[in-house]
Amino acid sequence: MKTTETPAPVPAESGASVSKADAPAGPPSREKREGTVLNVFSHGILVIWAIMVVLPLLWAVMTSFKDDASIFGSPWSLPDALHFDNWSRAWTQANMSDYFLNTVLVVGGSLVGTLVLGSMAAYVLARFDFPGNRFIYFLFIGGMSFPIMLALVPLFYVVNNMGLLNTIHGLILVYIAYSLPFTVFFLTAFFRTLPTSVAEAAFVDGASHTRTFFQIMLPMAKPGLISVGIFNFLGQWNQYMLPTVLNTDPDKRVLTQGLVQLAVSQGYKGDWSGLFAGLVMAMLPVLAAYVVFQRQVVAGLTAGALK
Amino acid sequence: MQHGKYRFIVGFLAVPLGVYALFVVWPFIQSIYYSFTDWTGLSPEFKMVGFDNYERMLDDDIFWKSLQHSLLFALLLPLVTLSLALFFAFMINVGGRRRRGRPVISGVRGSSFYKIVYFFPQVLSIAIVALLFAFAYNPDSGAINSLLRGIGLDSVQPLWLGDPSLALWCVMAVLVWSTVGFFVVLFSAGMASVPADLYEAALLDGAGRATTFFRITLPLLWDTVQSGWVYMGILALGAESFAVVQIMTTGPGGPDYSTTVMVLYVYQKAFRDGQAAYATTIGVALLVVTLAFAAVVMRLGRRERLEY
Repeated sequence: MKTTETPAPVPAESGASVSKADAPAGPPSREKREGTVLNVFSHGILVIWAIMVVLPLLWAVMTSFKDDASIFGSPWSLPDALHFDNWSRAWTQANMSDYFLNTVLVVGGSLVGTLVLGSMAAYVLARFDFPGNRFIYFLFIGGMSFPIMLALVPLFYVVNNMGLLNTIHGLILVYIAYSLPFTVFFLTAFFRTLPTSVAEAAFVDGASHTRTFFQIMLPMAKPGLISVGIFNFLGQWNQYMLPTVLNTDPDKRVLTQGLVQLAVSQGYKGDWSGLFAGLVMAMLPVLAAYVVFQRQVVAGLTAGALK
Repeated sequence: MQHGKYRFIVGFLAVPLGVYALFVVWPFIQSIYYSFTDWTGLSPEFKMVGFDNYERMLDDDIFWKSLQHSLLFALLLPLVTLSLALFFAFMINVGGRRRRGRPVISGVRGSSFYKIVYFFPQVLSIAIVALLFAFAYNPDSGAINSLLRGIGLDSVQPLWLGDPSLALWCVMAVLVWSTVGFFVVLFSAGMASVPADLYEAALLDGAGRATTFFRITLPLLWDTVQSGWVYMGILALGAESFAVVQIMTTGPGGPDYSTTVMVLYVYQKAFRDGQAAYATTIGVALLVVTLAFAAVVMRLGRRERLEY
């Protein structure tokens, strides 16, 4: 380890604990007890935060099975009976089925498009020297730190003029465009780590650049594609700002938008139990998928930040 | 590998770059241009007005409020979130009791369970989280106030989102709730890569837990903390704060503009009030704030990289 700088400033409090621990021949029993107290304290805080995370989610699940009267009367009581009709009402009458379908279409299309276009651009930027390479790379990754809302004002009119407003394919194109900065950033770094010799061998054997990319490089880049794919899937599935601005047709709403709209309209209709059923319906598949693919999801979401 | 190289490069870059330029780069350039016009967004006609929009912005009280709130989001939210996350991650990975016959450094029991649970909010859409908490904060029938009644605190029944002095804090708490888990997992990964002999050496020298944290863990994790700070700040200035404020607060942005943020103000001016040009002006201000924030954090946080 190399420490060529002054250590981080240490607050007075921790300084005090050093001297306490430094004191030689301190009675071992005292030290042990202090450790236990600290341990109970720290473990307690961890437990409290875990409860704070889980409790709102459990509350939502519980509420989705109650009727409206008991939702308002006693928010914390267990449901008197399991009102599954809330769920069927949300699925059919409140259009949750349409919202799900729209979301699956938009996210499916965007995810494939993002991965194909992102890996093509990233491969070229990572592996080929040409004038403007650096410029294009920074143009792409610059998009990560710019406030998207600034672009959305003119973008609304760009999309409108192209006749793409309130269409599924228009939304897909916009999702792809705004997912490219991180995807290109991540995959460029990934392609740089892959060995060059395999691709060169393929090229010597007469494979074209295109064929080398699709048959050799893409399969080798699979771990990176999975990570960035999970990252984009969650980002696009949970996207709220882009559809709110660019997707104003009630029939084309995606899940997040539809739920918010439902919440607004329930103010008049008063079907709160149906709304909670809709919320839980939207939450559960993602949570279930996360618990099953926990390791991959965490790797995918944290990969970018660790680079 | 020269044969057909340029044709290949152009062929592979054309579509991604075209999509990106059309939907991202071009609108950014346009919006800076529009901020010098009187474009309403409703009709295609407009004329140049110079710096009129910028002068108007400097006199706009609501703009200043939204700027204050956005700055608070960018500075305070990462501070609270990252501190909590560092604390949790340290406890999970290094805070375990020293037991005989086990590695010197170990996490508390059930550490992987905590990591899984803490991450839950991260996979949910911020829109869903915001909706859920909007109900929980409801003063009459919400989960929080009825919990307070349940434990005998009948007199403590705040209006939460309806109280101008509380609403902003309620909104920020939701963002902390939903993002801490991500950083716990991120920092855990960083802490796991710190060699155990560093900790062992510190323990042999008699360092306590606080010293170990401030002298070993934090300096070695500094790069991750710093990029986490920038990442969180950009989110708090942009998409995340838009979703929570727009969904949770009355108005949105209320009560009495107590929760409005820049990104919401841009949206309202452009798509509610038909003042697209003025909206882009506020957007340019938001761009300046975001870039300045990132530059300051990167500069203040610069330290010599520690190798281990």
